Amino acid sequence: MHIIEAIGVVKRFGDLTAVDGVHFTVEKGEFFGFLGPNGAGKTSAIRMIYGFSPVTSGQMKVFGLDIVTDWRRIRSGLGICQQENTLDPDLTVEQNLLLYARYFEMNKHKARERAEELLQFFALTNKRHAKVMELSGGLARRLQLARAIMAEPALLILDEPTTGLDPQSRHQMWNRLTALKKKGLTMLLTTHYMDEAESLCDRLLIMDNGRIIAQGRPRDLIVEHAAENVIEIEGADEQLRTYVKDHDVKHDDLGERMIVYAASDGNLENDIRDRFCMDACQFRAGNLEDVFLRLTGRELRE
Amino acid sequence: MSRIQLSAISPRFRHIWFRNLITYRRIWQVNFIVPLLEPGFYILAFGLGFSGLIGGVSYAGLDLAYTRFMAPALVATACMWNAFFETTYTSFVRMYYQKTFDGILATPISLEEIIVAEIVWAASKAAAAVSLMLIVLIPIGYANFPGALACIPLAFLGGLAFGAIGMFFTGIIPTIDMFNLPIFLFITPMFLFSGTFFPVSGIPDWAAIFTLIFPLYHLVELTRFFCIGAMESNPVLNVTYLVLFTVLFTYLGLLMMKRRLIN
Repeated sequence: MHIIEAIGVVKRFGDLTAVDGVHFTVEKGEFFGFLGPNGAGKTSAIRMIYGFSPVTSGQMKVFGLDIVTDWRRIRSGLGICQQENTLDPDLTVEQNLLLYARYFEMNKHKARERAEELLQFFALTNKRHAKVMELSGGLARRLQLARAIMAEPALLILDEPTTGLDPQSRHQMWNRLTALKKKGLTMLLTTHYMDEAESLCDRLLIMDNGRIIAQGRPRDLIVEHAAENVIEIEGADEQLRTYVKDHDVKHDDLGERMIVYAASDGNLENDIRDRFCMDACQFRAGNLEDVFLRLTGRELRE
Repeated sequence: MSRIQLSAISPRFRHIWFRNLITYRRIWQVNFIVPLLEPGFYILAFGLGFSGLIGGVSYAGLDLAYTRFMAPALVATACMWNAFFETTYTSFVRMYYQKTFDGILATPISLEEIIVAEIVWAASKAAAAVSLMLIVLIPIGYANFPGALACIPLAFLGGLAFGAIGMFFTGIIPTIDMFNLPIFLFITPMFLFSGTFFPVSGIPDWAAIFTLIFPLYHLVELTRFFCIGAMESNPVLNVTYLVLFTVLFTYLGLLMMKRRLIN
């Protein structure tokens, strides 16, 4: 059984088609990524998974159940860490956790134990009586994640969990997510940080204009759409342009700068190092950001 | 999912009600002071200031001192203000600024349950305020004992009616400052013309007919009946009207909130 199975899912808002017939599956224990520029349809897709937003056509199945008819059973097994801060500012840190457990009809005694466990795990113990409004951005996000897994979900959905956090808080968040993954929790993540997706996700998909334009393991996507090795050459000239054209080299010409995608054998790299690296060249490993920019373009969105 | 589903309303709505109770208890002093002091202010103002101008009021064949005529209406208007403010300003803040409803919609609770819980909570708060007012009004002789105790469940019914129409406005209002419109065009005229400050029997028939559509009129008649044992209308019709009003606006409130939040 797939944890999530999207079959030709479409979402329309009036004339706008936000999600245009997507198919994907998420398997048990997987850390699955959802990437795409702003307005690509990620959040719309995610909202359909938990039934916040109705599916226009197609079918969204979670835990093998249909979200339209079995939304309550599905949501009982979901933990959702939304993009906006939806913590209850009228309540304390601990009350936020305990009240959430009530919404899931968790046994009171068990909820207390679980809250204690999570306060420890997220290093929030000494903040238990603090008002949510007094928390820093990083603490608030940690509490939101703690709340999302309060009822021990089988699937955790994370919508941009590290956006706006400082590097310390981001790393804290990553450590927690990695620990949860080790425990076998299935997770779905959306993010704008490609390094985050690359290091955390087992598999991911890239959306643009409501469609899925690539899907696979981060490494495979890098090899397929960019390359294992990348050379960034400053001050690209006509000679270089002729060279890449003659040798049929995968590249992106950005005017002043050229990005060359090289296979792993090293021949092309050596050739370029010898002949074109007069100004400045940067040799680095190909990454998901290369893939993302190659597939979705470099123009600004919105 | 965009239609209202009665099957989506289960006893789980009590958890949202409980959430509101926690926040109410947190500032219970504030919540208690207003209903305890409010009747005192009105009775002092109207008793001291008005009694020189108006001797007594003839109502349902009785000759009543003005303050004694007016006091039961205070119970009804307090019920209205409490419930209406709860599902307008307070619910709007929870929905729009605090994103509380978005957070709850990520749990096994439906939007229908949230809306019903907000309306029931508004009614509970109205009933609590009325209970507190009676603590003041009964000892000073402005409400009969034990008859006036019936005002508590009545305030719950009235609270459902005003909570429901408040929720309807929350569903259609674009920004929070636009609540001025329903308050000045609906609540204030109702506050003034529902037999609160003068008997409806004293005004021309054509005008009296309009007061009949105000839910507050029916609530005032009933609170007067329970507080002083006299009324000018039929209690069964008053209750029926309030029930129908509640059902209609709960439905419309659900419809508008669903249209607003689910897309």
